[in-house]
Amino acid sequence: MSETNHIAEAVARASYGKLLALIAARTGDVAGAEDALSEAFAAALAGWPAQGVPENPRAWLLTVARRKLIDAARRNRTTHEASAHLQLLAEEIAEATADDVPDQRLALMFVCAHRAIHEAVRAPLMLQTVLGLDAATIASAFLTAPATMGQRLARAKARIRLAAIPFRLPEHADLHERLQAVLDAIYAAFSSGWTEPGGTEFRRRGLTQEAIWLCRLVVSLLPDEPEALGLLALMLYAESRRAARRTADGDYVPLDEQNPAGWDENLIEQAETLLLRASAIGVVGRFQLEAAVQSAHVVRRRTGRSDWPAIVRLYDVLETVTGSPVVAINRAVALAEAMGAIVGLAQLDLLADDPRLADYQPYWAARAGLLARTGAADLAGAAYRRAIGLEADPAVRRFLQGRLAALR
Amino acid sequence: MQYMLLIYRSEAAIEAASKADTGQMMAAYGAYSEAMVKAGVMVSGNRLHPTSTATTVRSPAGKAQVLDGPYAETKEQLGGYFLIEAPDLDTALSWAERCPGAALGAIEVRPIWVM
Repeated sequence: MSETNHIAEAVARASYGKLLALIAARTGDVAGAEDALSEAFAAALAGWPAQGVPENPRAWLLTVARRKLIDAARRNRTTHEASAHLQLLAEEIAEATADDVPDQRLALMFVCAHRAIHEAVRAPLMLQTVLGLDAATIASAFLTAPATMGQRLARAKARIRLAAIPFRLPEHADLHERLQAVLDAIYAAFSSGWTEPGGTEFRRRGLTQEAIWLCRLVVSLLPDEPEALGLLALMLYAESRRAARRTADGDYVPLDEQNPAGWDENLIEQAETLLLRASAIGVVGRFQLEAAVQSAHVVRRRTGRSDWPAIVRLYDVLETVTGSPVVAINRAVALAEAMGAIVGLAQLDLLADDPRLADYQPYWAARAGLLARTGAADLAGAAYRRAIGLEADPAVRRFLQGRLAALR
Repeated sequence: MQYMLLIYRSEAAIEAASKADTGQMMAAYGAYSEAMVKAGVMVSGNRLHPTSTATTVRSPAGKAQVLDGPYAETKEQLGGYFLIEAPDLDTALSWAERCPGAALGAIEVRPIWVM
């Protein structure tokens, strides 16, 4: 690929979401903005190699996209109101100097995570509009057929336009609640990549990076929101351990057996700094608490042991905040580390009747591990078999099978 | 732009309501309508007689079929509507949330398709 193509690609990647947000915020029409912008990028890739890259590539792209929008508006005999928006857009472009154009990406993210948009489509919509990922890549990350994902995204965009979901930051009173929806969507994108821990499939490994990028953007635009800082810290802690989660042969390594030397120091430092910043603001939330648990794990770098009593206390609070059985399982495991397997097992027994856990692998794996430590080999074996039957990741399955074999 | 707030509520529950509760609901609707008028969002609004008064017409192949009863039997029924003027969905939703019917049933918010 020629150097010009590289530059065009780089501009595209750096500017796509910003330009799309700017146009869509003016017209209220995400799909129309995407069409205009993709034509502008096509024109750039066709023209720049011969004519050279313009001095302000972003303004150039915006000008071409605006022309395409006006063409489309003429074709569709768009209302007077739409032309007024396009006029305003033209003025903004004229004012935009070489350095920058207004950043509407945060408003776009609030639109994507709006309560009128179905929860399952919020993260995909954000990935497509802010980052420019194509529907097929997003579909594969969320284990959905590309046609289905394309249709969901198209419906959501039609809803944004027809129901007039506003492009603006929420009022102060609603900001925290609405921001939570944005952060939840980012975390959903991160988790979709995280469930494929080996990163053997390129596309799915990619989304954890994209989620971190989105959260960095939120933090840069809303620097004093503790939960945004907390989520970014949480994801960076998790990301710091990616390499350590697998042996060279691709075998699964559980957290307590990972070698801290394989953790990414730089990411851990970033996470610790973010978490400190968040706690200085003084409003605790779920993401900060989960990040704090991670922080208590990484003290093992220095002390050789996770701070289990601190982890138990954090899970106590998390359980009150979330009421989640997943948190309760993690708390039981931490309790076992702090006070012995019998105590942890007693906590797990309290959850046994929750029907949501019947097909939840981590519950059975945790149960099996604790039973094995108390010497109840038969019960442990039964629980391991159940966990193995519920696990989709072959590496984790092999690991659990190894544990089962070691019982005998 | 304009939005239609479609108010759904169980007719059985309305009939079973005590006189005091009904009176309080009417007063709440009165205050709500007045607030919408004062805020300049009200275009129009009306209550509908119960679905026992409904007649449904279909004309497949040009031949009218007339049935007594509503379009569909549902747990909650369309009982009234407000047509409002609002700049965006958030504003429309904020009015839907305040509708007294939201506490007892559901308000469907639909953007008006200008022809």
